[in-house]
Amino acid sequence: MSLELRGITKQFGSLVANDDINFKVEAGEIHAILGENGAGKSTLMNIVYGLLAPDKGQILVDGQEIKIKSPLDALAAGIGMVHQHFMLIPVFTVAENIVLGHEKTNRAGLLDLATAREEIIRVSKEFNFEVDPDALIEDLPVGIQQRVEIIRALIYNSKILILDEPTAVLTPQETDELLANMKKLRDSGRSIVFITHKLREVKAVADRISIIRRGKVVGTVQPSASQEEMASLMVGRPVDLTVNKADGKPGKTILEMVDLNVLDTTGRALASKINLTVSAGEVVAVAGVQGNGQSELAEAIVGLREHLTGSIKLSGNELIGRSVDECLKAGIAYVPESRELDGLISSFSITENLILDTHGEAPYSKGIFYKPAMAHQVALERIKEFDIRAQSANDPASSLSGGNKQKVVLARELSRPVELVVVCQPTRGLDVGSIEFVHQRLISERDSGRAVLLFSTELDEVFALADRIAIMYRGEIIAIVPATASREEVGLYMAGIRTATAKGGAA
Amino acid sequence: MKNKTTMSRESKRKLNGIYSMAIASIFSIVVFAYLPKVSGDVTYSFVLDKEWVLIQQWVIDSRVGAYGFSALSVLFTALAYYLFRKGKKHGIAIFGFSIGFFMAFLCWASAGDFVPFTGLLQGGLILAVPLIYGSLAGLVCERSGVINIAIEGQLLGSAFVAGVVGSLLQNAWYGLLVAPFAGALISVLLAVFAIKYRIDQVILGFVINVLVIGLTSFAAQRFLREDSEKWNESPILQPINIPILYKLPIIGPMFFSQTIIIYLLYVIIIVTQIALFKSKWGLRMRSVGELPVAAESVGIDVNKVRFRNVIIAGAIAGFGGAYFTVGSVGAFSREMTAGMGFIALAALIFGRWTPLGALSAALVFGFADQLRSVLSIAGTPIPSAFMMMVPYIATIIAVSGFVGRVRAPAADGIPYQRGGSH
Repeated sequence: MSLELRGITKQFGSLVANDDINFKVEAGEIHAILGENGAGKSTLMNIVYGLLAPDKGQILVDGQEIKIKSPLDALAAGIGMVHQHFMLIPVFTVAENIVLGHEKTNRAGLLDLATAREEIIRVSKEFNFEVDPDALIEDLPVGIQQRVEIIRALIYNSKILILDEPTAVLTPQETDELLANMKKLRDSGRSIVFITHKLREVKAVADRISIIRRGKVVGTVQPSASQEEMASLMVGRPVDLTVNKADGKPGKTILEMVDLNVLDTTGRALASKINLTVSAGEVVAVAGVQGNGQSELAEAIVGLREHLTGSIKLSGNELIGRSVDECLKAGIAYVPESRELDGLISSFSITENLILDTHGEAPYSKGIFYKPAMAHQVALERIKEFDIRAQSANDPASSLSGGNKQKVVLARELSRPVELVVVCQPTRGLDVGSIEFVHQRLISERDSGRAVLLFSTELDEVFALADRIAIMYRGEIIAIVPATASREEVGLYMAGIRTATAKGGAA
Repeated sequence: MKNKTTMSRESKRKLNGIYSMAIASIFSIVVFAYLPKVSGDVTYSFVLDKEWVLIQQWVIDSRVGAYGFSALSVLFTALAYYLFRKGKKHGIAIFGFSIGFFMAFLCWASAGDFVPFTGLLQGGLILAVPLIYGSLAGLVCERSGVINIAIEGQLLGSAFVAGVVGSLLQNAWYGLLVAPFAGALISVLLAVFAIKYRIDQVILGFVINVLVIGLTSFAAQRFLREDSEKWNESPILQPINIPILYKLPIIGPMFFSQTIIIYLLYVIIIVTQIALFKSKWGLRMRSVGELPVAAESVGIDVNKVRFRNVIIAGAIAGFGGAYFTVGSVGAFSREMTAGMGFIALAALIFGRWTPLGALSAALVFGFADQLRSVLSIAGTPIPSAFMMMVPYIATIIAVSGFVGRVRAPAADGIPYQRGGSH
């Protein structure tokens, strides 16, 4: 079946999320929709799936206009969706999740799960999915959960599958399997709409690529187009995808963690037996699939975690047992994973956010008095230095875009006299322009002799910045490899496979 | 790994439970059997009315009884440990232990006294009835994702309406018939403000309770007192003996010689337990209470499901309310539910949001209450105010996670707005 969108427009207040969008997916085609976060891809797909109502426009399936008012209409029209945040109920079994909304009952009026089980097994076999119908969703790895969503769409006989950022939560290996499965599905005659912002995956699997920028389709290209070409269409100006950096010149050891265990309140290890050093003038990246203890490890370093054993030393001084304030003052800059929740106070002004952790010190305060004029003056300098695009330093932080929020956090943290920079997912959800800025800035911090510890789940980012790569899996660092290691090798470690081919610097 | 850790947590929880059983058994031997300086005969009476007589009375020395029953609980603790090690379910051993401990306690507490054993059980069940109805009402609401603090108000409001209608028409059955509508009406308030206007559900529940208490108290003062013959003298529902079954010793009078409200309760418990986990209704209810956006994505109208279930919950509470007037005393009196709605909420949490769990918790609370009144007549070593505290202390321990993490439905209390998460 083919799917065509004509003139789809959707506005949220003053924001035009989709502006007169036209595009067509042919039967048996993988059509990628490429765009940055906030370009309007998810809005568009939620309209197609009936979760949002468009202000204007038509949706045509096989040339016939259809009205989609709810997901039921979409499913009836043969459109299935695999959501970015899985629409599966964690405490239900696979079979229960699949029948939900389309329940069949037996003569006693009770749920007929037996038929669903049979169908799950049948579809699983057809595509080699290996899914147990009676497993609880919360016990399954994300890759399998995603297959459950695909199976659901297939059981409902969807001919058009929408995959919304399906690789965001997967390991590189799981991603490869997914891409292979997408090709299988296409070859079985189904159409696939593949929404993503990852250029490499698009090139690997798509038949055609439509690029969306600020709610508009700005071009449709073939997968033979270069990554640079696609990226500049996404951003609207030429971009340089490579981070320019010279080889690092590691100096003395700044951060040293020995046999560090991070425990939760019940004594369970969230991160265990961590041995890692970071030297001055070096970027060490901690890679891994989300949820393997990276966040907890980062929090431990800055004193946000209580139950720790082992040792964390910053230039020889023990950090365990110190408060967050003491850790930061000891010489750590910390860029947390969530700018909105942990990095900024959204209702505070940009100026106030820039001095959150130094407001009690000179030159912003004297005795018990706060000196707003001085704070304002410094804020203006920072805004200039870090290229923060804001109307005024007195605007609330919530008025900024994601990239500018992150620049505020960086400006605050990097302007203090620190030896170690701990950054977590520094470019998540940022536009390409801001990503470039953040990456260059982190490299220049390294070159100025600071130690940089980067936590990132994006392999591209890890390889672009790191001098050494530590891979975390289930709370442990299972390997430390040089930046020259191959993607495949790092990918295998991320999946927990300890290969014999590990070389150089493995812990 | 996730799977493994949850498994080991689960078994850790079970092990904690078995350890506490062991401690309780030792406590039982020392305090109930060894320490008491005097002992006396305890007389248990088993016959209440017209059931077949198996044994009329049983007389036992309190110390001998306490030792004997403590030994029983030790035995069952050991069995529990054995079953746990074998990886089998040990629910039956917990049950056996509880009986042993309870009987040892009873021997100690009523040394030299007369204990109407069957009456104790029957009374306990009756006291638990409004609690069970209340907690099932809470369950249907909260499993759908709406917090129901207003159980108290639903019980009280329907008690009032049932009493007044029963009195006006001089027929208890009409009172019973209108009670669920009264409960449902109060639920409409809850549903409209919680679901449509997305008011904070805890505050809303309290406001509804205050409203119902105010309205019924006012009406009781204004009308029921002035012409109580017309307004407030409802006949009551009579017990119905189920043929043959009611003649069974002990369980006959307890279960099968009750009013229609209690028979209806059996049906509602069984239906909710099965329907919650095995029917379309239950599946959808749990889905909107856990992850409404997922339910929406497969075409379920989340707020419609919630609305409907909140109203069903009110109707269930309505039967519980009817119990207070047409089910027991006939007349309505101000604030006669006396916090039962909140205790029902505690039973719901204690029972981990499952019908059978809530039932067990409500029964424990009911028996504890009945035991208190029986013992206060017999005269015991423990002050009755202390006995009254026990169920709530148990709830606090349960909620604080000692016997395992109590997991509420994930979306409980969070209003759902279509497209709100995007």
